[in-house]
Amino acid sequence: MNARAANPLLEVKDLSRRYGNQVGCEDVSFELYPGEVLGVVGESGSGKTTLLKCVSGLLPPSAGAVRFDTRIDGLRDIYAMSEPERRMLMRTDWGIVFQNPRDGLRMNVSAGANVGERLMAVGARHYGEIRGAASDWLEKVEMDLGRIDHLPATFSGGMQQRLQIARNLVTGPRLVFMDEPTSGLDVSVQARLLDLIRGLVRRLGIACVVVTHDLGVVRLLSHRLMVMRGGRVVEQGLTDQVLDDPQHPYTQLLVSSILPV
Amino acid sequence: MMDGTMQPGVPDTLEGYNFAYLDEQTKRMIRRATLKAVAIPGYQVPFGSREMPLPYGWGTGGIQVTASIIGMDDTLKVIDQGADDTTNAVNIRRFFAKTAGVATTEKTAEASIIQTRHRIPEEPLRADQIIVYQVPIPEPLRFIEPRETETRKMHALAEYGIMHVGLYEEIAHFGRITQGYDYPVQVNDRYVMAPSPIPKFDNPKMDRMAALQLFGAGREKRIYAVPPHTKVKSLDFEDHPFTIESWDKACALCGSDHSYLDEVITDDQGSRLFVCSDSDYCRTRREAGHAGSGLPVPAEPDTTRDTQAGEQP
Repeated sequence: MNARAANPLLEVKDLSRRYGNQVGCEDVSFELYPGEVLGVVGESGSGKTTLLKCVSGLLPPSAGAVRFDTRIDGLRDIYAMSEPERRMLMRTDWGIVFQNPRDGLRMNVSAGANVGERLMAVGARHYGEIRGAASDWLEKVEMDLGRIDHLPATFSGGMQQRLQIARNLVTGPRLVFMDEPTSGLDVSVQARLLDLIRGLVRRLGIACVVVTHDLGVVRLLSHRLMVMRGGRVVEQGLTDQVLDDPQHPYTQLLVSSILPV
Repeated sequence: MMDGTMQPGVPDTLEGYNFAYLDEQTKRMIRRATLKAVAIPGYQVPFGSREMPLPYGWGTGGIQVTASIIGMDDTLKVIDQGADDTTNAVNIRRFFAKTAGVATTEKTAEASIIQTRHRIPEEPLRADQIIVYQVPIPEPLRFIEPRETETRKMHALAEYGIMHVGLYEEIAHFGRITQGYDYPVQVNDRYVMAPSPIPKFDNPKMDRMAALQLFGAGREKRIYAVPPHTKVKSLDFEDHPFTIESWDKACALCGSDHSYLDEVITDDQGSRLFVCSDSDYCRTRREAGHAGSGLPVPAEPDTTRDTQAGEQP
């Protein structure tokens, strides 16, 4: 957050995505600065995931632009890049943590190979170093090193999610997209995972876009918050501000629908 | 190679078939694919593979490539598992003898075209020879990436990190790279290629080979090639370099200590005979006066089983 004066890392301008007549998301604009965590909340079908896919290079938008501050050339439209450049960016400077770990992991190779894959993709050819980096990252996400050679299919949901995070962070990305990183996990595992993500993000200064329907997650993780409904952003601001003093009727409804424990 | 039209005057060929079985249009199509393959070393060129009078897996791809490049003045050798006298080799050799009336041989040095399955001859090939490989699975990325659209994109963008994921797995589980055949190679520093199921022992022979190497996959409908004198590098890690198999035995028939050996079980006590896999190489050596012990190696006591049973040695 202290990097406000610097250039934005990610700049999204008037982004729209339609599926035929269906609106996925419409006229979304935001900027994300280095080290900042942006939460995107909204009910199912509000366009959160469409937005995330568009800004993370997985789904070309119907209109608008997504610009990323590349290390060499500065701000560049990611959809104007050539495909090799974009794919290179996606496996070095970016990470994507999927809701379902099966989408983000290779289920038929061991945990160590899953973490090492990105390193090998960018040219690492020394087995000992790759394995060292993999163990290092498994430790950072609090996984038992004795399971480095086990298949992800034998892991619990929380472990798979942590493995996915390790796999994404191993190349030292500056921006990580997370799509519902904690849904489908029980609350105690959720709490540990959130704690882990928060620690890593703070320590490494990674910028994050976190899409979730869980307001508890954004309160813990994100600095700023965007509330989406029907494909549009209805309210955005600092997380505490939006959650404690919601202005838009929909946000008020959303905040008041949290079940008290 | 000359253009094969109908061959009056060629004795003992089947009547009613075109020279070398395939019709001329098909051969032209295959030659076009082959030329493209030679122009882009290691790149898999799709082609319209035809039904052949033998089942998929028996070398339909190799036969189609051979049929489209063979001419009347060629001499054909066919290798199956290193030998000239196994079912597959005998039948494919007979097939071309019947349909093309070409000379066939079992001697590597005399052949102008060598169609092979599982081996490269021990004797170095020359610039005036062509080796045709029969390929069951041409896509080296297939085992880890099942989507064809994705593997094509990975080849196009040279995203080959995933090949090392496979090798990583082997080292992680077994302490060394265990892939023994169809060991992936990178051709001309660009395309990663499946060398067909030859033992990795033969991989170094592909590197800068003087002969043209053609690969045909009939079921998968792909042709690829390595032009003469082209760099072929086996993939490995810096701290786990590529190595080939070695034996502490010599061939029992010709005494060779540097060729690829087959292990033949000779009785139900576990005695084994180590002999050259390349039958022509072994015979040539024997004719030149080399000889091996001729004796099987007795079974070695199975120490692993003893310690597993809990007995202290």
